[in-house]
Amino acid sequence: MTDFVRAAREAAQRIAACEEKGTHAFLAWSEAALVEQAERLAKADATGPLAGEAVAVKDVIAESVFPTTCGSKILEGWRSPFEATVVRRLREAGAMVAGKANCDEFAMGSSTEWSAYGPSRNPVDPTRVPGGSSGGSAAAVAAGAVTMALGSETGGSVRQPAAFCGIVGIKPTYGRVSRYGLVAFGSSLDQIGTFGKDVVSAARLLGVISGRDDRDATSLDRIPLGEPGPAPASLKGTVIGVPREYFPEGLHAGIKAASDRALARLRDLGAEVRDVSLPHTKYAVPTYYIVAPAEASSNLARYDGVRYGPRADGGLTDVRAVYRATRGHGFGPEVRRRILLGTYVLSAGYYDAYYRKAQRVREAIRADFARVFAQGVHALFTPTTPTPAFKFGENTADPLAMYLSDVYVCTANLAWVPALSLPIGRDQGLPIGGQLIGAMEGEATIIRIAQALERAVNATAEVR
Amino acid sequence: MSWETVVGLEVHVQLLTATKMFCACSSKFGDPPNTNVCPVCLGLPGALPVPNEQAVRLAVRAAFALGCTVHPRSIFARKNYFYPDLPKGYQISQFEEPLATGGALEFVSAERGPVTVRIKRLHLEEDAGKSFHDRVPGMTAVDFNRSGVPLIEIVSEPDLRSPAEARAYLTTLKQILKYVEVSDCNMEEGSLRVDANLSIRPVGSSELRTRTEVKNMNSFSGVERALTAERERQIAATERGEEVVQTTMLFDAASGEVRPMRSKEEAQDYRYFPEPDLPPLVLTEKWLAAERAALPELPAAKRERLVKQYALPPADSAVLSASRGLADYYERVVKAGVAPKDAANWVMNDLLALSPDGETLAPAPERLVEVIGLVSGGKVSRQTAKRILGEMVSAPKDAALAVAERLGLLQVSDTGAIEGWVRETLAAHPAEVARYKAGESKLMGFLVGQAMKRSQGKADPKAVGAALAAALAR
Repeated sequence: MTDFVRAAREAAQRIAACEEKGTHAFLAWSEAALVEQAERLAKADATGPLAGEAVAVKDVIAESVFPTTCGSKILEGWRSPFEATVVRRLREAGAMVAGKANCDEFAMGSSTEWSAYGPSRNPVDPTRVPGGSSGGSAAAVAAGAVTMALGSETGGSVRQPAAFCGIVGIKPTYGRVSRYGLVAFGSSLDQIGTFGKDVVSAARLLGVISGRDDRDATSLDRIPLGEPGPAPASLKGTVIGVPREYFPEGLHAGIKAASDRALARLRDLGAEVRDVSLPHTKYAVPTYYIVAPAEASSNLARYDGVRYGPRADGGLTDVRAVYRATRGHGFGPEVRRRILLGTYVLSAGYYDAYYRKAQRVREAIRADFARVFAQGVHALFTPTTPTPAFKFGENTADPLAMYLSDVYVCTANLAWVPALSLPIGRDQGLPIGGQLIGAMEGEATIIRIAQALERAVNATAEVR
Repeated sequence: MSWETVVGLEVHVQLLTATKMFCACSSKFGDPPNTNVCPVCLGLPGALPVPNEQAVRLAVRAAFALGCTVHPRSIFARKNYFYPDLPKGYQISQFEEPLATGGALEFVSAERGPVTVRIKRLHLEEDAGKSFHDRVPGMTAVDFNRSGVPLIEIVSEPDLRSPAEARAYLTTLKQILKYVEVSDCNMEEGSLRVDANLSIRPVGSSELRTRTEVKNMNSFSGVERALTAERERQIAATERGEEVVQTTMLFDAASGEVRPMRSKEEAQDYRYFPEPDLPPLVLTEKWLAAERAALPELPAAKRERLVKQYALPPADSAVLSASRGLADYYERVVKAGVAPKDAANWVMNDLLALSPDGETLAPAPERLVEVIGLVSGGKVSRQTAKRILGEMVSAPKDAALAVAERLGLLQVSDTGAIEGWVRETLAAHPAEVARYKAGESKLMGFLVGQAMKRSQGKADPKAVGAALAAALAR
């Protein structure tokens, strides 16, 4: 029998300790809310693979214990009348929602610096960002407040913060996890992902939330992934592709060293490591920054102050003026930038040159992946990020520099393939993430390889 | 110069589904405001659309009924614009790859005879909510019950040549859509809405000139009036040497005039793009074949068949096939053994006279057949049949015989009684009897009438005639 209330109180103590250090991983949490959920679970004699587990939930996921603000002023205080399918599945598995994790506004950003409620800090080095947009979730796990957390990805927003914080993050195949209740950013790219202090934790959480959902027309008709198996002792027979486009001249020396060491461990485990090419990789960031803002400009149109959220209508009688004031005040600079960008690329006269062309390039990127996986490669290994965690303010003045921190992660979102990041070493104390990218629906394969690699590398050791 | 009018119509039709296009809310009309709503049709953060299979089926059925090519793969698209009654800030519709294209609709034009209008496309979409600008002074109220209700949009090519043809097209379209039970096409409840595009050109020209869009028409006659007004406006402007400007005109039913919409209300860039929340709508050949096979007989085919099968005059056939219900009714009467032309007369003259709207058909066909049987059997007179039928509307469970009895309308064919009335009549009119016997045979009608009067209409006139003839021959 799980002692739910005790588990809740212990989780509250860990979260309090995390937040007392100024991590600001959570936008909302409370011991009372945890205990109340625990009492409900106890009363129902809840059992399940996550019984008594407190799971942090990114604030873009609808849930009814706490507000769901998406890190935005435009949804300040918004309480969703319904819960996301993933939250329902968490509860059915016996878990509690620990609290709502901080993130960049509407998941647009790579550092949590665009959260309207202030950034989270990287628990490994509080002068640095935890990554983003799911930085609060990653920080909560890295700080030991929770052992698992839900994040979401549109272009690497789980894997990048996992790498920056030295934990594991998984982005499943598009459609593997229901998006019902995930506040949309770029619907054709969005996918809920999981964080864990280790591969098994992240994989277990994914096992619980995955599976077909009739409320999401894009969800795959597959049974849940379930519990991960034991870590394999050998990777004999496994072919790892190393895409040369991810290892350019001038790659950060620490990242390079960590990657080389991880590849050596994979060889030691018996895997065959093979040089491969994904020739359209260089178009991924520009393609992503057309597709995602285009969809975002439409997805965020509903925040107009008419039905919910704060409305700026002091003295205004014209509905268009109310829209302008509400959206002008409610959205932060990065969200406004992307709405403008997305509106532009969908406009009459520009659609063919931008959006339609981007969709074609996206097909080419997808075909790159399909081709290498058809050639007998089981997984690709790459660095997760081009640099370790950066300092606050380092990239906020230069949106392009910020966008380029997603260069190795946004390809998997464009191609819908699963990918994960696991810690593979440290450089000057900062965690470095290695990425494993799988074929469509190949989560089990990359999880198995990650389990073996995790045992074989010393993730907290300096790499040079 | 004489001018020709060129008209194309965009018709929005609400589908007869129990639930909305992308959620399980009821699509019923007339419920209290904002009671049929959920996170999906309110566009709450995180909600997602899931297509309604029945809506797809009805749209496909409409497409087949209009002779369209139904595409096995079509794409939902977002039409983006801001309005308080559009909760997501976009409407889910179809754009580049619609459900169906290339159909045709035939009707008889008063001016040109049989006309075929090409259907350009037919696509699925969701409705927006409804704004009320007058409920609360200075405020706009929005009812989201209509938000997400399934619609099809049927776009014609500019093949119509007059406002009257536009009206005839709509009448035919409505008849077809009601036949296949896709929509009730009720314009008052907004389940059929019409926008028109109109331009003019010199007679004999085949060019397409600048057109205007005409909106806010609330009835078929309103469409005809609005298009007439817009045609006259364009002709007057052109003859003054002005250019017709591409714009949207609003019809005011009270004044019968059209006025340009404020420029702020129009010229939107809808930024259509494929709806990423919905995969392509894929329909298998097998499913499509089954839907096509399940299509009921359409009005034109039924009109032709009734003429052929029952040797009916085309005018009768046109009346009887006005609605599927009426034609079915007629055929049930024929199947019960009534001669086809007699059945047609009964249905057109007696039954339709009792129908308030041409669609509510009472009494039931079995009851009408009973009444026809009573008349042909001499139990009641042809003249009293209408009264019996009228009574049966409010007493649907009672057999015709019982109703006739209750109303005292059963004819007497008992020879004793009839001979009594005949004797009385002959005794009362000796002069006429003498003239008849002298060869004034047309007086027979007078004598029958007198005898019938004595029977208070209950006697069988044939039997009376026979008895009179026999008595006079004696």
